[in-house]
Amino acid sequence: MAATAPRGARRQTLRGLAFASPFLIGAAVFIVWPVLASAVYSFTDFNLFQPPSWVGLDNYARMMQDDTFWKALWNTLFLTVTGVPLTILISIAGAHLLNLPVRGQPLYRALVYLPTIVPVVVGGYLWRWLLNTQYGFVNYFLGILHLPQPEWLEQPQWGKPAIVLMCLWTIGGTMIIYLAAIKDVPAELYEAAELDGARWFARFRYITWPTISPVTLFQIIVTVIAYLQIFTQPYLLTQTRLNEASGGPGQSMISYAMYLYQNAFVFLKMGYASAMAWVLFLLTLAITLVLLWSSKKWVHYGSDRD
Amino acid sequence: MALTATESRIGAASPRRRRPTARRAARTALRHVSVWALALLFVFPFLSMLSTAFKLPDDIFSAPPSLWPTEWTLENFAAVFDEIPFWQYLWNTLVIAGLSVLGMLISSPLVAYSLSKIGWRGQRPLLVIVMATMMLPPQVTMIPLFLMWNGLGATNSIIPLVAPAFFGTPFLIFMLRQFLTSVPNELLQAARIDGASELRIYWSIVLPQARPALITAAIFQFVWAWTDFLNPLIYLNDASKYTLSIGLYSFFGERNLEWGPLMAASVLFTVPALVLFVFFQRYFIGGVGAGALK
Repeated sequence: MAATAPRGARRQTLRGLAFASPFLIGAAVFIVWPVLASAVYSFTDFNLFQPPSWVGLDNYARMMQDDTFWKALWNTLFLTVTGVPLTILISIAGAHLLNLPVRGQPLYRALVYLPTIVPVVVGGYLWRWLLNTQYGFVNYFLGILHLPQPEWLEQPQWGKPAIVLMCLWTIGGTMIIYLAAIKDVPAELYEAAELDGARWFARFRYITWPTISPVTLFQIIVTVIAYLQIFTQPYLLTQTRLNEASGGPGQSMISYAMYLYQNAFVFLKMGYASAMAWVLFLLTLAITLVLLWSSKKWVHYGSDRD
Repeated sequence: MALTATESRIGAASPRRRRPTARRAARTALRHVSVWALALLFVFPFLSMLSTAFKLPDDIFSAPPSLWPTEWTLENFAAVFDEIPFWQYLWNTLVIAGLSVLGMLISSPLVAYSLSKIGWRGQRPLLVIVMATMMLPPQVTMIPLFLMWNGLGATNSIIPLVAPAFFGTPFLIFMLRQFLTSVPNELLQAARIDGASELRIYWSIVLPQARPALITAAIFQFVWAWTDFLNPLIYLNDASKYTLSIGLYSFFGERNLEWGPLMAASVLFTVPALVLFVFFQRYFIGGVGAGALK
């Protein structure tokens, strides 16, 4: 290349584009084109064997009448609304524990993180066994504590808590992120608060919580998106045979993404599934924007951060 | 919130600081117990899996459950090796994960470099695009991509599973970009003045500097490919091409609720990830913390 110092903005742009070209090509092939195609398919009737035929808004109208669609949407929102706050609360509490001055912390942190790298399929069957009504450990411990022992995967009202429980097992990543965040809180703030006689809750409420709030915002968004797209966990927990998942008793565990998958690859209703994907996309976008908008009220960006 | 309470008391320079040592010892013990209990919650399912894998049906179906088999058996493992081509699945999974990592390492740092070290007009908008793609539900692109690969005759092969990584993984591009931003510009400027080409600078200055971040990114990509379920489920039909995840899935499909063999298979399918984790632990944990804080 030329030996002159890079000057021309045009040349810089070419360099920038050249280095970014893998992503630019990849985004065109794997994102932009499929997104546009998906939008077009969503207005068609398409079963893979015949060319798509245009049906206008039929798929969207049919969704409104589809009981399973509403059921799947309701289940997914239920999982999101219960799973996200639990994830955030338990992660923050756990991060505090992992920050205690205790010997062997690296090991404890590793153990908490471990479930996140195990194939989800393993996790799915493992939890089916743990949640076994008669022989599983979950009900055994509940029995010791004199708590009710539900038939987790057989009763409609307990299927969704079972999914959340299984998901909570893999929040180690979020916990480690919070650990890094609370380590970042300036110690002077706590010292000042102590001189003022603030007790632990006041210190958490007025120092820790506001300081880690940008992390919380990001984690809430990421977790919400993950729950809205939840597929593998409910699919495995309700799997009956190869390529067949029942969705649990009374379809109490069918998730939005699961129903979408069934429409696409089991019923071969590619058009309908595409329309469902777009509804999911718009829903995700709307919820994310609401979260970002609400963050002005509760997220504090310190002056030393950018 | 009781958990938080225990923590926040550390370093509390309250006037009651000088307490009898018994009290201090109790506090230390409480801390140990609470951290230990937290770790146990996450590890316990593995213990249950491990013990069930070595149990005979009589032990498996006994209430109350116990972690210690009355009689240890390797029967379940034998059943797994009899029915599942375990080594074949392991190899298939390693090939897919390995190629994904290779592809990601070729492409993602290049894009991250463009987003952090080349001052050009498109930098900011491109960063926004990279971040926006992280938000797009995979369900939106899933169907057209399947139709595309189907049209190219590439379904039932590993191509659809590994090809995207060669064009960059948005989350890892973002993570690497954050890291590269911290590499001092002076170093690059000096090389530019000496007449080094941009590619040269990238290869011999930036990449060596970014080594820890590259290892972390590689591990993330590996684990994602390793644990992926949905994509192999969509694209692989032949049992000979199955990954470990899909292999276990089909094993369950056939043997349904035979917990002994199922847990033995689960143990076997966990071991490789565990080995990786033990060796690269600090990159895992360090990477998670670093990637999250902007």
